[in-house]
Amino acid sequence: MSAGTADTTLSHAAYDSKVEGNIIFTRLDAAINWMRKNSLWPMPMGLACCAIELMATGAARFDISRFGAEVMRFSPRQADVMIVSGTVTYKMALAVRRIWEQMPDPKWCIAMGACASSGGMYRSYAVLQGIDKLLPVDVYISGCPPRPEALLEGLMKLQRIIEGEKPIEEQIAGIREAQG
Amino acid sequence: MSRGTENVSGQGAEAGADASRLRKEFGRTKVREMREFRGEHTVVVKLGALQEVLSHCRLALRYDFLLDISSVDNMGEDPRFEIVYELATVDDRKHLRIKAPVAEGEEVVSVVDLWKTANWHEREVYDMMGLRFTGHPNLKRILMWEGYPYHPLRKEFPLAGKPSEMPDVAFSGIAPLEGGPFVTSPGSDRVSGEPRAKGES
Repeated sequence: MSAGTADTTLSHAAYDSKVEGNIIFTRLDAAINWMRKNSLWPMPMGLACCAIELMATGAARFDISRFGAEVMRFSPRQADVMIVSGTVTYKMALAVRRIWEQMPDPKWCIAMGACASSGGMYRSYAVLQGIDKLLPVDVYISGCPPRPEALLEGLMKLQRIIEGEKPIEEQIAGIREAQG
Repeated sequence: MSRGTENVSGQGAEAGADASRLRKEFGRTKVREMREFRGEHTVVVKLGALQEVLSHCRLALRYDFLLDISSVDNMGEDPRFEIVYELATVDDRKHLRIKAPVAEGEEVVSVVDLWKTANWHEREVYDMMGLRFTGHPNLKRILMWEGYPYHPLRKEFPLAGKPSEMPDVAFSGIAPLEGGPFVTSPGSDRVSGEPRAKGES
């Protein structure tokens, strides 16, 4: 089994023209990744001005639904990717952490903008210096605030990360390990 | 433009008259100092007389709008703190500033009964500067979380913050300042005026 994304992504070669696309031969990992990456439901953790750009990304001009991520879920239990957009104060930090823990696996995190990535210009007693001190971040987006295009680029990066994952293989490995 | 200037001088004249009234009403021991700067009037009163002076302003002089309460930390001086009340009227006719020196450990009387808005202003002063208010109905922190051990606007508190820990509520750490804060320099040319760290942290 070769490493890399080739055996975890769907390619057009997988279609069999004789059955006119109704049947796809692929690996389960690839099919799962394909479904996951194209239906990323964001948890909009809008905490400051970055949230305005997040809203713009969701609106018609930039249209995040082109990437299957338009379903902003305000309940963490229905969300797949937390977009931390804005300044995380220490007072808010544990609330963000708690909402993250309420999200079901598999879940991903995008740190949008300078504040969420590193505290940004707020070198202050009141501001957490990067949300990665509390959560595992998959994609960091630079900018203050980033343009909607940058957020979409970040989302595409995350889709590429998901393409490379091996959910079933890892699950099987986990079961084997548990059995000893 | 001319409308604005008239307004300011009008405000100043009325507030100046009120300042003189306060001096006449309470005398030199209670109303210690009257200052005027560019049409703004400031009255410095004794902390013990603060309640009656503010009450007089509210009821007799009809300052029906408390714009702000703030505090100043003059570290190294005695008394160390100063509390500042910005009084105004809703129709913007006049604007008067009342100040009182507060020594460390002294409590300030709450004016929530005079202006309801004082409630949150006083909580902010308590949270940030650590001045306590007697008679406040709900004196707890308003910006930082309950249990945070410091008052961050005091002069001895470092800009980068201090580590603290309140399990299940919040924690705080030290921000990396890298020689900052980054500040602009006035005057000179534009390049050297750019924001730079001055190695003060």
